[in-house]
Amino acid sequence: MSQETSRAERTVRRFIRPALWALVLLPAPVLIAQLLLDQLGADPIDKLERLTGHWALRFLIASLAVTPLMRVTGWGWLVAQRRFLGLAAFFWAFGHLSVYTVLDWFFDWQEIIKDVTKHLYITLGMTAFVLMVPLALTSTKASIRKLGGPRWNKLHSLVYVSVIAGCLHFVWAVKKDLSEPIIYGGVAAALLAFRVLWRAKPRTA
Amino acid sequence: MLIRRPDDIPSSEITPESIYQNRRQFMGTAGALALGSALSPTALEALSRTGRGAQDDKVTPEEDATTYNNFYEFGTGKEDPAENAKAFKSTPWTVTVEGLVKNPNKTWDLNDLLAKLTLYDRTYRMRCVEGWSMVIPWRGVQLRDVLNRLEPLPSAKFVQFTTLYDPRRMPGQKYPVLQWPYKEGLRLDEAMHPLTLLATGMYGKSQLPNQNGAPLRLVVPWKYGFKGIKSIVKIRFVDSLPYTTWSDAIPSEYGFYANVNPQVDHPRWSQAKERRIGEFLRRNTLMFNGYAEQVGSLYAGMDLRKNY
Repeated sequence: MSQETSRAERTVRRFIRPALWALVLLPAPVLIAQLLLDQLGADPIDKLERLTGHWALRFLIASLAVTPLMRVTGWGWLVAQRRFLGLAAFFWAFGHLSVYTVLDWFFDWQEIIKDVTKHLYITLGMTAFVLMVPLALTSTKASIRKLGGPRWNKLHSLVYVSVIAGCLHFVWAVKKDLSEPIIYGGVAAALLAFRVLWRAKPRTA
Repeated sequence: MLIRRPDDIPSSEITPESIYQNRRQFMGTAGALALGSALSPTALEALSRTGRGAQDDKVTPEEDATTYNNFYEFGTGKEDPAENAKAFKSTPWTVTVEGLVKNPNKTWDLNDLLAKLTLYDRTYRMRCVEGWSMVIPWRGVQLRDVLNRLEPLPSAKFVQFTTLYDPRRMPGQKYPVLQWPYKEGLRLDEAMHPLTLLATGMYGKSQLPNQNGAPLRLVVPWKYGFKGIKSIVKIRFVDSLPYTTWSDAIPSEYGFYANVNPQVDHPRWSQAKERRIGEFLRRNTLMFNGYAEQVGSLYAGMDLRKNY
C-alpha cells in the first residue's frame, strides 16, 4: 500500500504537477502575445476581460471536480491538486480583476465603485473574488496545521459560495446567448450536487 | 439640457450636402476620399473653434467595422458574422411593403425601390447598447425619401422593419437566441428625420459587407445600434407601437425608443461612458449620441427614463 502511494506520488511530482503548472500559466503569455500582436479583435480589452474570466471559472470548477473524482476513483494523491487548482483560479480571477480595473476602467474608482455597488453581476463577481482571498492566503500546509483540519475545511467551504457567485456573474454578464454560462453553471451544479448526494448516501464504512 | 451649444458639435456630423452633390467628381478615389466626410468644412470649423473635431471622431478602421459585429442571424460572437456570412447572397433582393400605405402588399425589387433616389455619404457615430462605439462612413438613401415614394396613409404612425428569415442562409436563426425574424421599428417622425438612413454601402463602397447587413440596413445614429436592423425584407406601416425584437425579449433592459442616453443606465451596466473601438480610455457618451441638436425636439416633453 505504502509502496503504491509513493509510486503515485512520484508520478504526480514528475508528470501531473508540471502539466498542471503549464495549463495554468501558459494561457497568460499567449494572451499577452495576442494583445501585443493585435490578435484579440477590434475590442481587445473586452476580449481579454472575457478570456481571463473564463480561465478563472474553469480552474475554480476544476478544483471542485477533485473531490468527486477522488471519491469515485479512490486516488488519494488528487487532494493536493485541489489546492493547486484553487490557487490557479485565484491567479486568473486576480488577472480578470486587474484587466477590469486597469485596462477596462483605468483606475476610474468613481465608476468602479458605482459599477460594483449598482450592478448586481459586478457585485457577484467581486464577491466571488473577495471570498477567494482568505482561501488563497490559507492555502499553505502550515495554515492547515495551524487552523486544524475541520476548521480549515469549514473555511474553505466558502469556495462553494464563490463558485455559485462566479457562475451567476457569468450568466448576468451575457447579453442574451446563455449557452456558455449554462455549460459552466451546469458542470458546477453537477459537482455541487454530487457532494449533496454523497453525503446523503447511507454508507457502511 | 438636451440641446447642446452649436460649438459643441463634434466632427462626424452630417457632411454638408454640397460635398455629396459633387461626389461623382471624386468617386474614382472614393476609398481615400471617404475620409473627406470626416474632414468636411463643418468638422474643420468645429475643430478650429473648440480644438475638438476630426481627430476626436476618427473613422473606425474598416477592418474593425467589418469584423466586430452584432448580427445574431450569423452567430452571437462578435467575429461570427464576418465568418458565417461569407457565402450569403443578397442579389436579387426584394422588399415587401405592407400596412397603411397607398399600395399595400406590394413587393419591390430593391433596385426599383431605390431607383433615382439621392445617395448620401454620411459619417455617423455608432453607439452600441453594450458600451462600445465606432465611427462609420455610410452610403445610402434617406429613409424619408423611400417612405415618401411608398406614400404612407395619414393614419400611419409607426413603421416596422423585418429582417430576412431563412435559416439555411442565416445559420444563426437555427438557434432560438432571439425570436426570428428580427424586427425593429420607428415612430414615423423618427423615420422621416433626415439623419435616418437606409444604408446600402459603407467606406466609400456601394455594397454593404454581408456581416454589416447587406444589401439594405437601417442607420439611426442617435439610437443604440440594435435599432439598425439589417438585411431588411419588409417595411410595414402601422398605427400603433409595433413589436420590436429586443424590447420584447427583455423589456426591462431594451425599450422601443433606445435613444442613446448617458443618464439612463442599462439595468446591468452604466451607459455614461463608452469605449470607442481603437481607443484605450473610455469617453463620455453624449446625449442622443451627439445628435441632440438635430433630434432632441422629437422627444420634447417625454420622460426619457420611462421611454428608454
